[in-house]
Amino acid sequence: MDARRESEPKHPTTVERKSERELVVTRMFNAPARLVFEAWTKPELFQRWWVPKSMGMTLQSFEADIRTGGTYRLTFAPDVAFFGKYLEVTPHSRLVWTNEESDAGAVTTVTFEEKAGKTLLTLHELYPSKEALEQNAGAEEGLPEQFEQLDELLGTLGARVA
Amino acid sequence: MVQYSRARLDASFAALSDTTRRGVLEQLGRGDASITDLAAKFRMTLTGMKKHVGVLERAGLVATEKVGRVRTCKLGRDGLEEEAAWIERYRQLWDGRFDELDKVVEDLKRKEKTDGCKKRE
Repeated sequence: MDARRESEPKHPTTVERKSERELVVTRMFNAPARLVFEAWTKPELFQRWWVPKSMGMTLQSFEADIRTGGTYRLTFAPDVAFFGKYLEVTPHSRLVWTNEESDAGAVTTVTFEEKAGKTLLTLHELYPSKEALEQNAGAEEGLPEQFEQLDELLGTLGARVA
Repeated sequence: MVQYSRARLDASFAALSDTTRRGVLEQLGRGDASITDLAAKFRMTLTGMKKHVGVLERAGLVATEKVGRVRTCKLGRDGLEEEAAWIERYRQLWDGRFDELDKVVEDLKRKEKTDGCKKRE
């Protein structure tokens, strides 16, 4: 049964821009909500998937106190970090957190809806403005490029000093 | 696979359904122009051209900026193509994450199964 399930084509990830300030991402998972929720709320599990190899970078550390009112901090480099606060942590159904690394950060809401042993995950990002959304959505994805640029810059500076 | 806001698409298609407005976009593709320039080029009144530019602006296809008395028009930063490319990059970021999340979830499922068997022993 499991072998057959694993050979099924993977579930698509869809993105919809709901409004000028909102993005909604959805994806189905072949597991009950409690397991998908566990992968989001146990730091040691979360770290295994949040920064996939395809992003071309590694996470230095992830510290999080995952409960309502708790805080988190994702560090990519000494001075590159994403951080914020959990506004709501409701087991197996809902996670809400803030992104406070800039004024343009979104409030992210993730819901887990279980149906017949599968879980529909919906991630909703609400930005403070249209511009904030357009400049910041997927900010982490742009990091490898930023690092490359930084490397280049440091290289130039180094060459100049030499 | 990628879905867009329906209101956004409706506005874009409505804007593109008019010959003059398509002409204005073509013209702006060659360089920025003031509403007065555009009105003269398309032999229209200033008011008529303002209306067309307003429709294009609301659809995000044209951006305008007023400097002094002159309102300059240029192609909008949020052209459909640009938005499509940007949203697709954002989708790929999540798709990459979720593929890895699938693996973690599968591990948890397997673990739960073995633990369950152990308990029964």
